[in-house]
Amino acid sequence: MPAVLEIEGLRKTYKSRRRGTRNALDGFDMRVDAGQVHGFLGPNGSGKTTTLRTLLGLIRPDGGRMTLLGHEVPDALPTVAGQVGAIVESPQFFPHFTARDTLSLLAGAGEVPATRVDEVLELVGLRDRSGERVKTYSLGMKQRLAVASALLKNPKLLILDEPANGLDPGGIREMRTLMRTLAESGMTVVLSSHILGEIQLICDSVTIISLGRRVAFGPVDEVLAQHSSGAVRIRLEAVSDLPVATEALTQAGIRVTGHPDHLMLAGVDKPASVTRLLAEKNLYVSELAPIAVDLESVFLELTATAPVPGQHRQVDESTKVGGTGQPGPAGGGWGA
Amino acid sequence: MSLFRTELRRLSKRRFTRYMTLLGLLVLAAVVVGVFFTNQKIDAGQLAQAERQADQQYQEQVRWSEQERAACQQAKTAGTATDGRYPDDCSVISPPPREEIKAEWFLPSTFDFKETFDETLIPFAAILALVGFVIGASFVGAEWSTGGMMNLLLWRPKRLTVLLTKLAALLTGILAVTLPAAVLWFAGFWAVANFRGSTEKMTSGVWQSFMLTGVRGVALVLVLTTIGFALASLGRHTAMALGGVVAVMVVGQFGLGILLSMAGVRFAEAWLLPTYALAWMTKTVKLEDWNACNATYFGECKPATMEITWQQSSVLLSVGVVVILGAALWVMRRRDIS
Repeated sequence: MPAVLEIEGLRKTYKSRRRGTRNALDGFDMRVDAGQVHGFLGPNGSGKTTTLRTLLGLIRPDGGRMTLLGHEVPDALPTVAGQVGAIVESPQFFPHFTARDTLSLLAGAGEVPATRVDEVLELVGLRDRSGERVKTYSLGMKQRLAVASALLKNPKLLILDEPANGLDPGGIREMRTLMRTLAESGMTVVLSSHILGEIQLICDSVTIISLGRRVAFGPVDEVLAQHSSGAVRIRLEAVSDLPVATEALTQAGIRVTGHPDHLMLAGVDKPASVTRLLAEKNLYVSELAPIAVDLESVFLELTATAPVPGQHRQVDESTKVGGTGQPGPAGGGWGA
Repeated sequence: MSLFRTELRRLSKRRFTRYMTLLGLLVLAAVVVGVFFTNQKIDAGQLAQAERQADQQYQEQVRWSEQERAACQQAKTAGTATDGRYPDDCSVISPPPREEIKAEWFLPSTFDFKETFDETLIPFAAILALVGFVIGASFVGAEWSTGGMMNLLLWRPKRLTVLLTKLAALLTGILAVTLPAAVLWFAGFWAVANFRGSTEKMTSGVWQSFMLTGVRGVALVLVLTTIGFALASLGRHTAMALGGVVAVMVVGQFGLGILLSMAGVRFAEAWLLPTYALAWMTKTVKLEDWNACNATYFGECKPATMEITWQQSSVLLSVGVVVILGAALWVMRRRDIS
């Protein structure tokens, strides 16, 4: 599949006399293939928004190469801008204009037919409220308007930064359906979000960024498989047999974590070997359940941003790929 | 072209633009109405009445001076004229010549188009320049602060084209208000002169002079609109322009004026911007230094003078526009948008 969006070695450095030099993007790579819904994930301050702004010509990069729809950007942005719909960060509109005026003015600036305004208003569910001023809108309604503005061009590539922010559960589901429908119609969608359950549900592939570098990428299933820990939960017929089972499993080289009524095993390649081993010791398994890894746990592991009781993680404390891989206050991140 | 039309639409749709324009036009209308009601047409009867009042005052002056001369002589005879109340020679107490007491003093105010209209173009230009400055600043400042500019750049990623198109739309809009307002201003005061004054002695030369002053007024409006726009774009907020102008006027002008005056600087007004705005409108402003004496053949002391001309003002205005707009364009091109 051809790449709709490609980024190689993107760098953006912010210099400040007081705060020194910070690398918001530190050789970041990304690739999105045509027709995909692609999730773009990263902790706060990791460089997601900086990447999107740089890609859209709002920020000048310090190095690297970017292409959109096969054209080098930012030089070719005037050529491809008509085919790229985007919302970056929170939706911002002139508060005293109505939604219809807002879209109509954008359509005028972009030479989009006025009829398209009604189409997108219908699509995002704002048709009946389109005559009201934007300042009276809730965050969710502004978010819908932002998505409408991005869809106005009927783009080939749609870039949405946190589109589900402020949406009610029904709105989130509608947004999910809309994204899938758009992808099925041939549109490529890049979705930045912190709602990882949503990303796992609707995205074909993901890129995870941490401190300005890519820490994981590829189809969602592959990323999950790569970071599956082979964890298994077992219960025995008799709870009193758990210590014996723990000893037997540990001797077999399996990492065991004991719990009052079950054991958690790590590093198990074949669950059948566990039942065989325990049966040989006359210990009978009543439940054996492989623990499926989800995107949230992979994200927390890769970015080292899982909360630790009693600690207050700071924004820049996450994983830097190619470094030690341990959480710590490595440089980079502000301005993202 | 579509961007230009869209920006014109955006400008006219903004409530601030509408309210400020309306406010400016209402103030201008109030000036015309005020002048209308404070002036009167003078007829022959009022002229004769004024002459009579002038005569009457002259007679009073004659009576008073005779009384005072008599009192002076009386005091002199009695030897009590030493308190400095009377002159040594009582004969110098005399009434003013009759021609010094003018009949016009007793006439109600009347609007002479030829003599007065030129001056009215100064408040006209000042009010519309203020309106243009504020609208210009708000037009781009609000776009920056609400994120509208970023949205627009996602659609039209040519920064300088977007900013200059916005400016072109703004100037077109301001011109679309200023030109009809100028025509109405001319017409309004022509009507005032017709009904409450005089339109006599108007020659083609006078008309030409008024037209040129009007054109300079319109140019001043456009220049200040551009400066307001450029300042707000530089600071990416309306407040940058408004704060900037307050700082310049209060600190840079009022404060500087006091400082220069305390330092006894010659022609202190030559350092103040309003002097150049006035010179631009009136073609020339003559500054006088009363601490100098230029003696005449008659032994009279005349103050030293300095002339500020409209050509000098035009250089200052041009440099101001080029520097501020140039800086706004440079920043627009170079600075990240976040």
